[in-house]
Amino acid sequence: MRRFASLIETLDATNKTNKKVDALTMYFKEAPKKDALWAVALLSHRRPSRPVTTTLLRTWAAELTGLPKWLFEESYHVVGDLAETIALLVQKKGTSDPPSLSKCIEKIILLKSQTDEEKKEYILSQWKSLNYFERFVFNKILTGGFRIGVSQKLMTRALSRAVQVDEMILAHRLMGLWTPQTTSFERLILHPNPEDQISQPYPFFLAHPIKERIFFQKEDAKQWNIEHKWDGMRAQLILRKGNHFLWSRGEELITDKFPELEVVKNLLPEGTVIDGELIPFKNGFIGNFQDLQKRIGRKTVSKKLQEDIPIFLMAYDLLELNGQDLRENPLWERQEKLASLFKKVKSLNIPLLLSKVYQFKNWKSVHIEREQANKKRSEGLMIKHKESPYGVGRKKGSWWKWKSDPKSIDAILTYAMRGHGRRTNLYTDYTFALWDKGELITFAKAYSGLTDTEIKKLDRFVKQNTIDRFGPVRQVTPQLVFEIAFEGIASSPRHKSGIAVRFPRISRWRHDKKIEEANSLDDLKAMLP
Amino acid sequence: MSMPLLEFTSKGIYCKQANVYLDPWQGVERALISHGHSDHARWGSKHYITQKINVPIIKHRLGNISVSGKKYNDAFRINEVQFSFHPAGHVPGSSQIRVEYKGEVWVFTGDYKIQNDGISTEFETVPCHTLITESTFGLPVFQWEDPQKVHDCINQWWAQNHAEKTTSLLMGYSLGKVQRLLKHLDSSISKIYTHGATEQMTQVLRQFIDFPRTELITRDTTKKEIEGNLVLAPPAVLGSSWVKKLGLLSTGYASGWMAFRGTRRRRAVDRAFVLSDHADWKGLISAIKATGCENVITTHGYTELFSQYLNEQGWNARTQKTKYESETKEILIAE
Repeated sequence: MRRFASLIETLDATNKTNKKVDALTMYFKEAPKKDALWAVALLSHRRPSRPVTTTLLRTWAAELTGLPKWLFEESYHVVGDLAETIALLVQKKGTSDPPSLSKCIEKIILLKSQTDEEKKEYILSQWKSLNYFERFVFNKILTGGFRIGVSQKLMTRALSRAVQVDEMILAHRLMGLWTPQTTSFERLILHPNPEDQISQPYPFFLAHPIKERIFFQKEDAKQWNIEHKWDGMRAQLILRKGNHFLWSRGEELITDKFPELEVVKNLLPEGTVIDGELIPFKNGFIGNFQDLQKRIGRKTVSKKLQEDIPIFLMAYDLLELNGQDLRENPLWERQEKLASLFKKVKSLNIPLLLSKVYQFKNWKSVHIEREQANKKRSEGLMIKHKESPYGVGRKKGSWWKWKSDPKSIDAILTYAMRGHGRRTNLYTDYTFALWDKGELITFAKAYSGLTDTEIKKLDRFVKQNTIDRFGPVRQVTPQLVFEIAFEGIASSPRHKSGIAVRFPRISRWRHDKKIEEANSLDDLKAMLP
Repeated sequence: MSMPLLEFTSKGIYCKQANVYLDPWQGVERALISHGHSDHARWGSKHYITQKINVPIIKHRLGNISVSGKKYNDAFRINEVQFSFHPAGHVPGSSQIRVEYKGEVWVFTGDYKIQNDGISTEFETVPCHTLITESTFGLPVFQWEDPQKVHDCINQWWAQNHAEKTTSLLMGYSLGKVQRLLKHLDSSISKIYTHGATEQMTQVLRQFIDFPRTELITRDTTKKEIEGNLVLAPPAVLGSSWVKKLGLLSTGYASGWMAFRGTRRRRAVDRAFVLSDHADWKGLISAIKATGCENVITTHGYTELFSQYLNEQGWNARTQKTKYESETKEILIAE
């Protein structure tokens, strides 16, 4: 624990990528293998499930520090991070030698099935015996979410250096469903057993947003294959050894959520891996991400839900055929193989669809196709180089996304909340409203899009124009207008405005507009497809 | 009820009986000044009265002003009101201002800290009935470590950078913080360079305090000379072209706000040192308790939360808006 906490402290303290990689490499080399494996797990978002609610943690922390509950809560709002708040408030120096990282996590896993009293006893004893930063790390493991500016890619690079295994191979080995409880450093990272890997997905290859002008001047349209970009959920379908597995991009196994895909098991050959997009198909129309969420959110997927929100998998790419890894083959070849695979199952009514690949002579035609996006209910286009291999992660150069221009609307700032992480103690989470019959109706929250200088100005505005306070939230005088850009728009009975927008963000501070000039809810409704 | 001895007016804290202002934020006839920071010692008053050490400081900052200096603890009278300056431990020459009239005692703390920083006269408890206290760090999450440990950390960081031929850029507020850092630097490690703003204020204070030798970075100073050494500068230099001539850098920033991980990350420095010239939570409470006061007026920082807590603990506390660094500027200005 001490070694791991000190690693996190080092990672946290520097901005320089090289220093981070060095620190991680050193850790992976020196730490006991069991601890190193847990470190890999934590840094790839595989944390033990939370054994205790944050409400209980807050109550116990207030109790231990002897502070009134309200003051503890206010402190939390100011700090913006519960793990850190507790670490700061429990002023203990850290006396005894803390347990190792793996011992500590094993205990946390056991805790889950224990009584609140037992949980309390253990957690308080840890709080008292760890030093400040160890306490912070311990709380982070308890509550989840390590955001320390170390991507999985960076971690993989360091691990690759430490164990002398190629980065790409390592990225693949680290995919999928594993926990340090069921595997070892040796079996997962150094010498994996193929038997363990039948469910293992490939790392997803991601596209970059296109830099339009430079790209179109430089590139020849004929070298690129064009597809529509769908607003569903990226997924990988694996058929191996009589089983099928469906993985989300977040490396979650979601096979059970989409039972209708089971039929493909008997229709496609063994050793097939397809990369595609799960898309809801509601009332004969392509739906949006929101519909899909209803399917993912449920514990069990009923027949009715399957009928209400049917889905299909739009197949983009073929990563494995007859058990052979095709990722190094050129895109056109993979696409051809995928197409011939589809010919065999074409007549059958199965929830698989082949993504249409377009080829254009010039960029102007591509442009015209992009304008069809809204009508076809896609988000825009994907532009992939014909010769491109299927890479790992977000690598620049061969895959681009060219989304439709975002929609936008002018809305009024009504509430603000203190941010988290590096926005701690600044009001950076904003709520925006539109006019509706002389009243302001909340329609979206947005966090991003402002410059640091604008954030500071807005923070000052919020503090000086607070009408009311609700815990960490402040209601402000309606006075400022912002242009809010968003991608998708759909009606939603769950929102007060009756409308849900996707990826709202601030595109501009409209200093030139008075609140009377902001848009109305009717203006927004007019944008529904 | 009679008029309060000190009242809050649009120009600042006012003593009607003596017709003087304490740290006014507009020009007045006669101003008593707690310390030299720009939000407390403002330009435009006809005559200033302050602690002796603070005289050259505010002259340096405000130019040619009429100012008289008093020794700590020496009482003087204006219209039957007795005033005296007492050490606040905040920066060199910083004072709490004690005001007594007909047996009633008020104390205005200005800014203060309990820790001994090695350069300021150590904080002294001044018993009173009513205390006007700052509360910049009036939340229990602020609890300072032993400053010697922080200084040790800084010296280690510097020594390691020096070994790696990297320049250490150590930043802190020009009056007080930088000199406190300088005083505890282990000058056997390498040379210490300074930015102009830092150097000037340090020169002003050299008449009172013994500091390690510093060298001002001028136009003629070359990258080669600076490389691997330590540079003291105000935080405003970060991102400026001035920084470019310092060569390969590791940046460090010393401030109480660095207690938060979020602030540390936002500041985007390599090393954050939690070192403050203000009292932490425990410091504030112990200081208030020691005065034996009944009434507390909190002025800057987390005033409302702090006074709510004090009320629960049995004090008669309220908050007062002032133009001293308020919550709105909390992160924008480093202490």
